[in-house]
Amino acid sequence: MQAGTRLGFILLLTPLLLWLTLLIIIPHIDMLLLSLRERVGVGQYATSPANYLTFFGEPLYLRTFMRTAVMSVLATVITLLIAFPVSFYIAKIAKGRVQSSLFLLCLVPFWVSELVRTFGWMILLRETGLISTLLQYLGLASGPVEMLYNDAAMMVGLVYTSMLFMVVPLVTTLESLDDAVIEAGYDLGGSGISVLREIIIPHATPGIVSGSIVVFMLSLGNYLTPTMLGGKDSLWFTELIYSQFIVRFNWELGAAFGFMLLILSSVIVWGMLRVTGQTLEKTMG
Amino acid sequence: MTPDLECSALTKRFDQSLAVDDVSFSVPPGSFFSILGPSGCGKTTIMRMIAGFLPPTSGDIRIKGKSVLDVPPNKRPVNMVFQHLALFPMMNIADNIGYGLRRKGMAKTEITRKVGEVLDRIGLPDIANRKVDELSGGQKQRVAIARCMVLEPDVLLLDEPLGALDLKLREHMKIELKALQAAFDTTFVYITHDQSEALVMSDQIAVMNAGRFEQIGTAQELYYRPDTAFVAGFVGDSNRWAGKVETVEGGTLALRTDGGLLMRATAHERPLATGDRAEIFVRPEAIRLARSDADLAHFDNRLSGQVTSLLFNGAASRILVQSTQGGPEIEVTLPQSGEFSDVGRGNAVHIGWSGDQSNCFALRGAA
Repeated sequence: MQAGTRLGFILLLTPLLLWLTLLIIIPHIDMLLLSLRERVGVGQYATSPANYLTFFGEPLYLRTFMRTAVMSVLATVITLLIAFPVSFYIAKIAKGRVQSSLFLLCLVPFWVSELVRTFGWMILLRETGLISTLLQYLGLASGPVEMLYNDAAMMVGLVYTSMLFMVVPLVTTLESLDDAVIEAGYDLGGSGISVLREIIIPHATPGIVSGSIVVFMLSLGNYLTPTMLGGKDSLWFTELIYSQFIVRFNWELGAAFGFMLLILSSVIVWGMLRVTGQTLEKTMG
Repeated sequence: MTPDLECSALTKRFDQSLAVDDVSFSVPPGSFFSILGPSGCGKTTIMRMIAGFLPPTSGDIRIKGKSVLDVPPNKRPVNMVFQHLALFPMMNIADNIGYGLRRKGMAKTEITRKVGEVLDRIGLPDIANRKVDELSGGQKQRVAIARCMVLEPDVLLLDEPLGALDLKLREHMKIELKALQAAFDTTFVYITHDQSEALVMSDQIAVMNAGRFEQIGTAQELYYRPDTAFVAGFVGDSNRWAGKVETVEGGTLALRTDGGLLMRATAHERPLATGDRAEIFVRPEAIRLARSDADLAHFDNRLSGQVTSLLFNGAASRILVQSTQGGPEIEVTLPQSGEFSDVGRGNAVHIGWSGDQSNCFALRGAA
């Protein structure tokens, strides 16, 4: 019996360990080694921090890096601001069939690939697209309006792509809030704003934080949306990594970039948890 | 004196169904008023209308003489203790109790003082910094009441707050609630489906059924002189027979049950005439048990029969007696003086009761 339990434990643990080592630990160690390597001659390499120095020495890299971070945070905040009322409506106000169909509506766009969804936005926003044509038809614009290839278009795409990942944890935490607790807040003299601030938001904090972490990471690591909807001025850090690996064939610098991105997201997530007083176990468990 | 709470012709209609149907009552200051009724009778709807969470379809609610229909729940001088208490789990006890005071914009030092005072009053002075889930059921109960009482409301509403507690604690909290009500000297309106909670604590009880008040009165009035058959059946236990009135002589009537038993009862000024279909209620403790018929000579209802089972439940033990004259089994309270401690199944016994102790009602809808 004892041996049987042990065997079961090992069998259950094996896929997890394989997954962790093969897909996460080994590639990252390899990437780390790669990023610390400098090519000194044909087929000759030396260990040095040269790639990281290049990163910090080149303003374009550093600026794109910071811009990506700030824009991702912004995308997260906008997603939260839109998703919170939506989730509150789904979790607390809508009942029965309306509730489940609204939830389904949030899910439906995710049945098609991200690529198709992004093309959908392009159809709407491009010069010959729906919105542009409609504006001209209504006489609100004299000529074709180009709404693609700028930061705003990219932000719309990022928020749209991540909405579901914010709505799901928010609906889950808001649903666990007893209606009577909200009513008690009103009954004891609270106004709508104070009930929101003192009761609903504190209760929803784990959901807000876990949703924000997921959305932030998705935005930071997004490649498709910034590439397709963002313009030449809306360079995303993942595009730099892509070009180092694929276009320039400079794997060493690409690996260093990859590591910088990992550090960035870790620092921001850690900061977010510290500020809200949450722990990773509490928000993700 | 103006009543603390007054409802007149209060009605609430949900789409098709009438949840509360023309209910009027008034609660004098400082009293403990209960609304007792089976689940779904509309008592929670009344409470939510008083608290302000539901607008009445028609009728008026006055608190200290002023109509509050246009006052939103957060401005009404009533507070509510919710069924599951609804303490704020994200705050500690002091913040929970201080929540309403903070909303009033009271100074911090003043809040701390008031919270301390009310914690002393509920006998839990050291729990200010505890978390909600560190408290026991009874402590949470007291904190929920303190959270409302610190705001000094004109009326405190309690929505079956003892429902979630275990039996022993519930018995204890009944006494404690009554004592807290006396200590705070505030009007309590308490809704429950548990008759013992209502009977033990209340000054006045309204028995509610299907959206209407059947009777308002003291516990004794409801128990001994119910106005309707519903009240007689709902409050306390009763033996219940349906039958036909055979004779009416002055205040006394004779009733033949469908099982063939002839019973004498006092009419208690209820309109019953010869030939009416009626129901008769006799409480198990109103029936005297005896070993010989002679001991029961002074009762106008006497039966003899056999014990069919013994329902032992300590002080509330009963026996079921099958009369030799037929009819359904009769529940009789077993006296606890020890005299009948050897009574068991199959024993022959004599039972009797005074017709004055029974209550008769005309059967509704019967010719």
